Amino acid sequence: MDDTGSRQYPEKPARVYLFGTCLIDMFCPEAGMDAVRLLEREGIEVHFPADQTCCGQPAHSSGFPEQTRAVALAQLRLFPEPWPVIVPSGSCAGMMRHHYPKIFADDPRLLGEARALADRIFELSEFLLNVARIRLADQGAPVRVALHTSCAARREMGTHVHARALLGQLPAVEVAMHGHESECCGFGGTFSLKHPSISSAMASDKVDALKETGAQTFLSADCGCMLNLNHTLQKRGDGWQGQHLATFLWQRTGGEGGRQ
Amino acid sequence: MSARDNILQRLRAAPQGTSPLAPDVRAFHLACSAGAPVSTRAARIELFCEKMAFWHGEVVRVTRETWPQKLAQLCATKGVRSLLHGESYAAVLTGAGIGGLKPYDRPVEEWKQELFEDTDASLTSTRGGIAETGTLIIWPDANEPRLMSLVPPIHFALLDAGQLYDTLFAAIVGQGWSASMPTNALLVSGPSKTADIQVTLAYGAHGPKELIVLLLVDEEEMQ
Amino acid sequence: MNAQPLNFVPASEFKARAAAAVSDPHLRKSFRGAMDFLIGKRAAQFPDADLLERQRGLAEHIRKYSLARLPELLEQLERKLTENGVQVHWAENPEQANRIIIEIARRHSTRLMVKGKSMVSEEIELNHAMADAGMEALESDMGEYIVQLDGEKPSHIIMPAIHKTKQQIARLFAEKVPGAGYTESVDELIGIGRAVLREKFMTAEVGLSGVNFAVAETGTLCLVENEGNGRMCTTVPEVHIAITGIEKVVEKLEHVPPLFGLLTRSATGQATTTYFNLISGPRKPGEKDGPREMHLVLVDNGRTQAYSDEQLRSTLQCIRCGACMNHCPVYTRIGGHAYGTTYPGPIGEIISPHMLGLAATHVLPTASSLCGACGEVCPVRIPIPDLLIRLRGEAQHDARPGHAPMLGQGAAKSGLADAIWAGWAAMYTRPALYRAFGWLATRFRALTPPMQSGWTVSRTPLKPAKRTLHEEMAARRRG
Repeated sequence: MDDTGSRQYPEKPARVYLFGTCLIDMFCPEAGMDAVRLLEREGIEVHFPADQTCCGQPAHSSGFPEQTRAVALAQLRLFPEPWPVIVPSGSCAGMMRHHYPKIFADDPRLLGEARALADRIFELSEFLLNVARIRLADQGAPVRVALHTSCAARREMGTHVHARALLGQLPAVEVAMHGHESECCGFGGTFSLKHPSISSAMASDKVDALKETGAQTFLSADCGCMLNLNHTLQKRGDGWQGQHLATFLWQRTGGEGGRQ
Repeated sequence: MSARDNILQRLRAAPQGTSPLAPDVRAFHLACSAGAPVSTRAARIELFCEKMAFWHGEVVRVTRETWPQKLAQLCATKGVRSLLHGESYAAVLTGAGIGGLKPYDRPVEEWKQELFEDTDASLTSTRGGIAETGTLIIWPDANEPRLMSLVPPIHFALLDAGQLYDTLFAAIVGQGWSASMPTNALLVSGPSKTADIQVTLAYGAHGPKELIVLLLVDEEEMQ
Repeated sequence: MNAQPLNFVPASEFKARAAAAVSDPHLRKSFRGAMDFLIGKRAAQFPDADLLERQRGLAEHIRKYSLARLPELLEQLERKLTENGVQVHWAENPEQANRIIIEIARRHSTRLMVKGKSMVSEEIELNHAMADAGMEALESDMGEYIVQLDGEKPSHIIMPAIHKTKQQIARLFAEKVPGAGYTESVDELIGIGRAVLREKFMTAEVGLSGVNFAVAETGTLCLVENEGNGRMCTTVPEVHIAITGIEKVVEKLEHVPPLFGLLTRSATGQATTTYFNLISGPRKPGEKDGPREMHLVLVDNGRTQAYSDEQLRSTLQCIRCGACMNHCPVYTRIGGHAYGTTYPGPIGEIISPHMLGLAATHVLPTASSLCGACGEVCPVRIPIPDLLIRLRGEAQHDARPGHAPMLGQGAAKSGLADAIWAGWAAMYTRPALYRAFGWLATRFRALTPPMQSGWTVSRTPLKPAKRTLHEEMAARRRG
């Protein structure tokens, strides 16, 4: 399923759509805005269809296919122009790119539309790296960070590779590896509500592993994982917090002027 | 209806999607080894020895002329007082002066206790070996029954280097197994082992504690 | 920990057991350590990712091909085995399977049956059935022997005693094995087991084994093992009974090597096992050992239900390597006993509902964060996360039109959940309503509930931002 290495990338476009995701919309809008700022600094016009809501993943993973389909259908036609659709979350991008075609498999017309959309779905870091071909100019002080990639992002979108490559453009940023790096942080959408003891144990182990690197912060390209880990840290009374990758990249490169 | 009929009927009633073509294992092997040179006898011997050593099997190179003497020597060093063997080797083993010879010449029921409790070692032939995994191919028969390679604590196995195959697939095809399977065929890679206690490896779980392969090679292949 | 009953596992018990397991630091540490060890060993066997993908592709192909021809292959297997002198039996459920085995055992005045590793025999609870019939069924795989001695069930399909330390085993042996002193030496502990079990191999009237692959064209049963107890069980006693699920059959002998090679590498990171035992029949006239009588019991136990659905059928591709549980972050934290089923971990979550019904098992498919690690390592490419999602759906809804209901279909139906998801869909398909909700939630963020179900057990409450991204972007458009 992972696209890394096999996907053909288009030329850098003049315009893109942004699919903001429901979690970013409600809980981390700043990450969404930083994604927009990064894209615009590359000279790309960002269109944000106002009727977007959610990719449908919560219902999908909870076993409610009918509701999944209804919500997915409500997103399917929001992107009529042939522009790339940028998603600043690996799991939502994976949902739209890999699962939409399965959801609409029984309807040839919708399947065609779902496939056409899936072809244009890019996770943010993948797009910045391989389509916008961004060159980041590091303007920050030396810093050590840890990187947590969501499981769906890693396995469906290859986001760990893209995020690492982007951070590799920043000479003063050292990316520390943490123990059991590829392991899940325990979020899993409704899993965190249904199985709190198991989910907490996973989140707690992940937080420990991230902190053990001695990094000043951790980064994630997925809002769900970030909320899971940050709120676990807060409950512990720990002020150590993670940031969305988009926010970190924007801040490191000094905002508007930070383009090489 | 019988359980059999019910099960088969349920299977037959299931929707049949597109049926996949027969898998082509040979083509897969050809594709995987594309560009790689055909393995040589020397390479197979070397790989087999390396892998067998990894499984804690001991490989001793011998020739057709010298193996009985070598076996006698090994039995002496290891303090073997009784050696189980197939009847066809009786003459050659006696000729090598090995003491305590025990031919497997009667059904197991008649001497189970002795076989299990009073037999130090065994000698079996092999039908070949697999280089890739350091594996012996053993087809027990009336002359060399199944338990010979299992019950005694030390197992000596005679392997002709000319019968080494690259892979299990090559052996199955090369020796035409599918047309002539015996009641029991065995692949053996090292002495019996277990890691069931705290993933700590221990040898001699239920079968032999030592496996010594007498590898029949040509004079010039003796190191 | 005591033996867990297998046949009925109320949902609430899984959660309670899982909670107990995650708060047991010793258990956590031993499973994490063992799983890390197995993960590392497996990874070392597959240095070439492209080659691994090709091998997985071939193995998946062989399993799909075999399943597509399953009824014909079972008939062919039966024909060949019968020609070879093996008696073939069919069982739709555990009761039938136990009855068949007990009848055979009684006919031979059996007092003791020695068992090689067989998960299907655990599935049908054979040991209990044998005990009820007044016969002893003794496990002879070292790990299985240890857990049986302690009145437990295996906690892992490949490493049954993985939850035990050598100190615990040392105490167990000193207490329960006559004449055994206390020793923490693993070699000596294995020596004790070896001595006890050799005596049993000699005296048992019946040996029982599982089957890893059954080859239709030759009528051959293949057994994979390291210890040699499987060979003992299938060779020394007068009677050998093999038991297997109906899905284990392949057409040709040459289909076995690709599966065998991936099985051992995926399971324990070994390129091969010590023994690969291919049995095609009982002792022939003139042969001096081997069983005089041989039986194969083919067990359905819910497999035909999985087979009857094209998506769920892929469950039956499984070759029981255990890699999915080794790589599962949930299994690693709660261990095998918490599941309460014969097969724990991801494979257990997708196969147990067919064996035990969704009424007893509907919680299991929810015990996954859908991280995908299981599907990624599965050597036969079972899409485990997709199947988990599918089963979550089947547990909460009536059967889809045109589909037969599963056992326990809709057992987890809840009016509340239906209402929540209907409301969710109503809002997320109405953009204006959705935006209005976002506006309200952000404006009244101070009123966010401090207790948010399972979330706040170990996390601070989620609190909406001051303004939604929708508002930010709208404000920008307005300039």
